[in-house]
Amino acid sequence: VSRRRALGLGLEILVPVLILLAWQLWTVHADSFKFPRLSTILVEFRHEYIFAKLSSDVLPSLERIFAGFAIATIAGVAIGIALGMSRFLRRLAIPHIEYWRAMPPPALLPISIILLHSIQNRQKIAFIAFFCIFPVLLNTMDGVRGIDPTMLDTARSFRIPRHQRVLRIVLPSALPQIIAGMRNSLALAVIMMVLSEYWSSSSGVGYQLLISKNTFQFGPMWAAIVLIGVLGYLLNVLFVLFERHVLAWHRGWRAATPQ
Amino acid sequence: MLAPEQLADATGSGALAAAPSPRLRFSPGAVLVPALSVAAALALWELISRTNTISQHDLPSMSTSFSALWSLLQTSAFWGALLRTIRGWALGLAIATALAVPCGILLGSFELVGRAFRIPIEFLRPIPSAVLIPVLFLTLGTNLKSEVFLATFGAFWPLLVQTMYGVRDVDPIALDTARSFGLGPLERLWRVTLPSAVPYIATGVRISSTVSLILAFTAELFMGIPGLGQKVNVVSSFGQTDLVFAYAIAVGFLGLAIHLAFSALERRALRWHPSQRLGTT
Repeated sequence: VSRRRALGLGLEILVPVLILLAWQLWTVHADSFKFPRLSTILVEFRHEYIFAKLSSDVLPSLERIFAGFAIATIAGVAIGIALGMSRFLRRLAIPHIEYWRAMPPPALLPISIILLHSIQNRQKIAFIAFFCIFPVLLNTMDGVRGIDPTMLDTARSFRIPRHQRVLRIVLPSALPQIIAGMRNSLALAVIMMVLSEYWSSSSGVGYQLLISKNTFQFGPMWAAIVLIGVLGYLLNVLFVLFERHVLAWHRGWRAATPQ
Repeated sequence: MLAPEQLADATGSGALAAAPSPRLRFSPGAVLVPALSVAAALALWELISRTNTISQHDLPSMSTSFSALWSLLQTSAFWGALLRTIRGWALGLAIATALAVPCGILLGSFELVGRAFRIPIEFLRPIPSAVLIPVLFLTLGTNLKSEVFLATFGAFWPLLVQTMYGVRDVDPIALDTARSFGLGPLERLWRVTLPSAVPYIATGVRISSTVSLILAFTAELFMGIPGLGQKVNVVSSFGQTDLVFAYAIAVGFLGLAIHLAFSALERRALRWHPSQRLGTT
């Protein structure tokens, strides 16, 4: 068994290394200006993004992601709890939710610019926030609807006021699902950032991607692609760490209760 | 327009994807309240625009937008663009399914294969597919191939991961039972693993159907590949705001139609599954 485990670990490390190696060998062999060598891309990456464009492009993009994500989380949880607790509100809201969450986001890029008269942070953050609401909202609503009614009835019969019920029962019980929705939203926020910056902007990593493509600077273009990939990956890793921390009680409780 | 009726009808029967709907009985509130809510929202839109709370130049009124859509519906150019978008979406989803399901079965069935590709998948999955647009510009060019590639790439990951989880979640006792009855590996796959992974795969297909549409549309919008996306690009650069809104409404309905169709498909695939048998526990 331990040999098998060692083999698994070995493969887990070996395969990614082999893929990167194959990429390097292929780009050396192809010798194409469209596909610079992996080593060239990495040099370009260090040159462009380790500090040089950090404050001019990487930080603005991160700021948009976080602001949009934060707004979406707060709004999504608030609306999701309200909808989860009231069937009437759910009936009012569901047609709108169903329509907007099925809307392909890029279709609203031109409209967001027209309505907000901006291609700066205002428009970017609003665009990101609008589409990131839905995963949080729908998950929160499901989480709230899944709460054991006995718990709520017990709280009610103890005359615990509504806001206390929301804070002490509804919110904690729905938290695992809220967090799951937030993780989807964060991944979505990165995508929305890239789309909105690539469509029209004056700064950001999506902007760098567009400019380097339009000026045929393929090294910087690939460096931007690598950067966006790393960004998406790291944000996800950070969120998983956050999730483990916040939901530690939940996992402990799950482990302690027999299924 | 068929807007409010269609929406109300769809939501009245519990359109929220995975949520099981124990209330299938007809109740007037379940239809009237959503219908009134949609009507109120449309009226509010009309009001905001007509009173110039938001300038009509920026926000064409609801009636203007829908009549622009209505006249679009009379043109063959619109239907041509719609069909091209649907073609890109369908090809992307079909190819992604054909690739992702076998790969997912492979990765889910063999622990070592799964581990070998864990890190590449974890790394590739969260990458926004849109970053591939500049690369596609340079390689495949502005044509259907690029659109289908992008849609396939995006739709591949959710489906792969869902299939993988589905295969891993197979009841080991069922597998052992099948083995002790002398079923070979292929027969076990066909009779035990696949049927029990179907709900996961159905959920994956639903997610991927949306992703494929988004990326087909994105490719058209950003690369000028013929389709609804290209139309939006053209009318927005000509500043034809009412048409920008009309196309957005149309794209929204296309998205909604796909979402509802695949949610229904998912519910069908899930019908026998314990999670759907509410009230028996």
